Amino acid sequence: MHIIDRRLNPGGKSLANRQRFLRRVRDVAQRAVREAARDKDIKDLGKDGNVTVPVDGVREPKFTRNPSTGINDHILPGNKTYIEGDLIERPPGGGGGGGGSGEGSDGGADGEDTFRFVLTREEFLELFLEDLELPDLAKRRLAVVETATLRRAGYTVSGSPANLALGRTLRNSLSRRIALKRPKSVEMEALADEIRALEESQPDAVVLDELKAELERLRTRSQRIPYVDPIDLRYRRFEPYPRPVAQAVMFCLMDVSGSMTEHMKDLAKRFYILLHIFLTRRYKHVEIVFIRHTDHAKEVDEETFFGSRETGGTLVSSALVEMKRIIAERYNPEDWNIYAAQASDGDNVSSDGATSQDLLRSAILPACQYFAYLEVGDEGGPRAGFVEHRTTLWRTYEPVSKTNSVLAMRKVNHRRDIYPVFRELFARNKAGQEAASP
Amino acid sequence: MSSATFGARPAGPAVIVKNTPLFTGNDWDFDTIRRIHDACEAIAGPELGLSWYPNQIEIITAEQMLDAYASIGMPLFYKHWSFGKHFAQHEAGYRRGLMGLAYEIVINSDPCISYIMEENTATMQTLVIAHAAFGHNHFFKNNYLFRQWTDAEGILDYLDFAKTFITRCEERYGHNAVEAVLDAAHALMNQGVHRYPRKKRPDLSSEQRRERERHEHQERMYNDLWRTLPAKTQSGKPDPGAERRRALLELPQENILYFLEKAAPRLQPWQREILRIVRHVAQYFYPQRQTKVMNEGCATYNHYRIMTRLSETGQINEAAYLEFLQSHTNVIRQPTYDDRHYGGHNPYAIGFAMMTDIARICTEPTEEDRAWFPDIAGSGDAMEVLRDVWANYRDESFIAQFLSPKLMRQLRLFHVTDDPDKPELRVEAIHDERGYRKLRRAFARQYDVAWLDPDIEVVDVDLEGDRKLILHHKVLNRVLLNKDDAMRVLQHLADLWGYDVLMKEVDTTTGAVLKEHTASARPTFF
Repeated sequence: MHIIDRRLNPGGKSLANRQRFLRRVRDVAQRAVREAARDKDIKDLGKDGNVTVPVDGVREPKFTRNPSTGINDHILPGNKTYIEGDLIERPPGGGGGGGGSGEGSDGGADGEDTFRFVLTREEFLELFLEDLELPDLAKRRLAVVETATLRRAGYTVSGSPANLALGRTLRNSLSRRIALKRPKSVEMEALADEIRALEESQPDAVVLDELKAELERLRTRSQRIPYVDPIDLRYRRFEPYPRPVAQAVMFCLMDVSGSMTEHMKDLAKRFYILLHIFLTRRYKHVEIVFIRHTDHAKEVDEETFFGSRETGGTLVSSALVEMKRIIAERYNPEDWNIYAAQASDGDNVSSDGATSQDLLRSAILPACQYFAYLEVGDEGGPRAGFVEHRTTLWRTYEPVSKTNSVLAMRKVNHRRDIYPVFRELFARNKAGQEAASP
Repeated sequence: MSSATFGARPAGPAVIVKNTPLFTGNDWDFDTIRRIHDACEAIAGPELGLSWYPNQIEIITAEQMLDAYASIGMPLFYKHWSFGKHFAQHEAGYRRGLMGLAYEIVINSDPCISYIMEENTATMQTLVIAHAAFGHNHFFKNNYLFRQWTDAEGILDYLDFAKTFITRCEERYGHNAVEAVLDAAHALMNQGVHRYPRKKRPDLSSEQRRERERHEHQERMYNDLWRTLPAKTQSGKPDPGAERRRALLELPQENILYFLEKAAPRLQPWQREILRIVRHVAQYFYPQRQTKVMNEGCATYNHYRIMTRLSETGQINEAAYLEFLQSHTNVIRQPTYDDRHYGGHNPYAIGFAMMTDIARICTEPTEEDRAWFPDIAGSGDAMEVLRDVWANYRDESFIAQFLSPKLMRQLRLFHVTDDPDKPELRVEAIHDERGYRKLRRAFARQYDVAWLDPDIEVVDVDLEGDRKLILHHKVLNRVLLNKDDAMRVLQHLADLWGYDVLMKEVDTTTGAVLKEHTASARPTFF
């Protein structure tokens, strides 16, 4: 007889089967993910997702006999009232006669119409971000680069003397000494004093010998049970810990002047969320900077960013100046992958156009991986894609985007357009195509 | 019912030696498991006379148990999406608490592998070891169906071969191509078994070598199916060519997968091999489908005997014995037909009740038992009779032979027929003098796999015309196939065959064709 412990075997043996299954239901899962991205509360996006698959897609058909045709026999337990020849009224819901007696081979397929399972976060995001790719990934230092540092990870019984954990070692030694009843030095000294006192007065030979023997016994015992034993030793343990180098910062710029409606902010928020999921997926470490502006700009927290509305003029360049300042202070483009998304209804003071353009060209875009300008409009406005009425800001940015592929711009009016537009902006190879086209 | 069966405690030995308990409390370690196994062995061998394959006990986690579920309990298996689906299903059920996990999975292999879960208490581990490592193990080793049809020594090697082969196919021909063949083969899996014994013992371990030899042989062999020139038309009315053709193609053939593997004109060799693998797996599990009641009954009866004896000899304490009794009664619970929880007959309950009943007939027969079971009534040695039963019967013949009037009364069985042409259901027989034999025959039939599975045969191929494949479903009692599923399976069949397929549902009594289904091949594989 053998006993084998399989618990430490790598789990997830059926992972390959699950992947095949997911590939099989990919279209359904993909649709579910897109719907989630559209309808779900923003905070829940990217958590585990339930996917319901119509059973047709994953049906395993078999030849089975249809019990609602022909004559069927049922043998049932628990007869209390019937005798041979009794007629029983057909139970409602067809000729089941009290449920399937005898196990039909694989009769389960009939009852279930849909089949639900849960996507893990990983799988959800995988489907969510399928085909999306960050443009110009190669330009800066990328996700793969990591350095390992050490961090504390408990104690170990072996190690170098330099890492000896003194407190822990002594605590072990103390409990061992107590447990093994090692004589305390105080006790032995007291005993020695007693002997000495006895020797100096009239020594009673018997008592003295007894005491001496006792002292001797304690001495040997304390020698046999050392003060610190090798088994008490504990060393501080360190384990390598990958320190992320690949990091990204995302700048969210938004106009919060009176003309920005709640609807527009919601659109912007959804776009930022997508961008955030996308970045956290690609980078170990992502920071977000929220900058809101009217005619002056300020870095704020998320709540203020989306919550507040103010009045006053609109000066886009102020946000760009603020972003430039923060980059210079905190995010060295050498070390950081910088992304920015600007949401605006397109209003700007016309005198600000040249300043903004200039800032973009000279300071912002060179530092950025990607700068997405999202023009948000009213729900009833024209659909995305066409720009009939061009706003001030649009006219400011357009010439820049023509010459610099780091800047992309789209117009969005409805919630349902967010995801397609996002996909469009970050579509795989987009940058490559644009670079090739002119 | 449970109290009645528990009343019949097996007779104890003359001297009961009080031992120290194997364990106390719920915790166990490897040493405990080993002691439990040895204690069970000491009862299973000398006292119960069981014989078994060497045991291998593997301890796994709940997640690994789910894994094992998903691949039909086998430790290694080829990859397919349907296993992923089953995993997701079980997992969802388990996480939502709708479903408990089985305590154990046991594999018919040599050595016999039993999986036990780490979450189990020491008592449960004892129960599981007695149940799986001795009960099921004895049944696997001794039952004639398993001896005839399965190769316990070779199965793991064969599955390893199958897994590697299918992985290699995926690499070479792509996931989709392999998946299409597997989907089709799985749909026909129940039609992929030989129901009648072959002459020689199966030897799966040499399959790999034989695979090559078979292809070489086939290339040399003349097969009428490959003929492209039309044969001279025979003028005589009885067509000897047709007879010869059918003989060459081994028609009629109820093993559809076998037929396709040998005769489908357009399949690639690797596709044939996949059909063969699926067919072997189906064949391997075929005895299990035919012996659910006996297999579980054998395991349950033996675990009950072993646990009882462990308790009598003081090797498990009162607390453990009560814990055991509680799970035991859960396992053999049989709700009545009007109970909310009724879901068909519980094979554990039937099997355990029948085996306990047989033991009773051997040792304390009534007049009725002597009349019904003259061969065994009062024979005294219950284990000898039971061992013989376990070796030589399957569910259908077991029930037909051994379901006693007393047990029918105890279970209060009755037989209802459901004829859609009549407005009401009719009680055909109940547990009384007039009904016993009728009831028993009808009940046995419920466990006859050949009766439950639709009887489908390949009857002919239209070689002169468009190579249309013709199948018959022999309709019993006018029970037709589920149409939707039948169409899907037929589509798979047509895809494998490569040409049109026609299935006629033929009434066995009148010979009338009740329904026809057709499917045309899609260019899936070629």
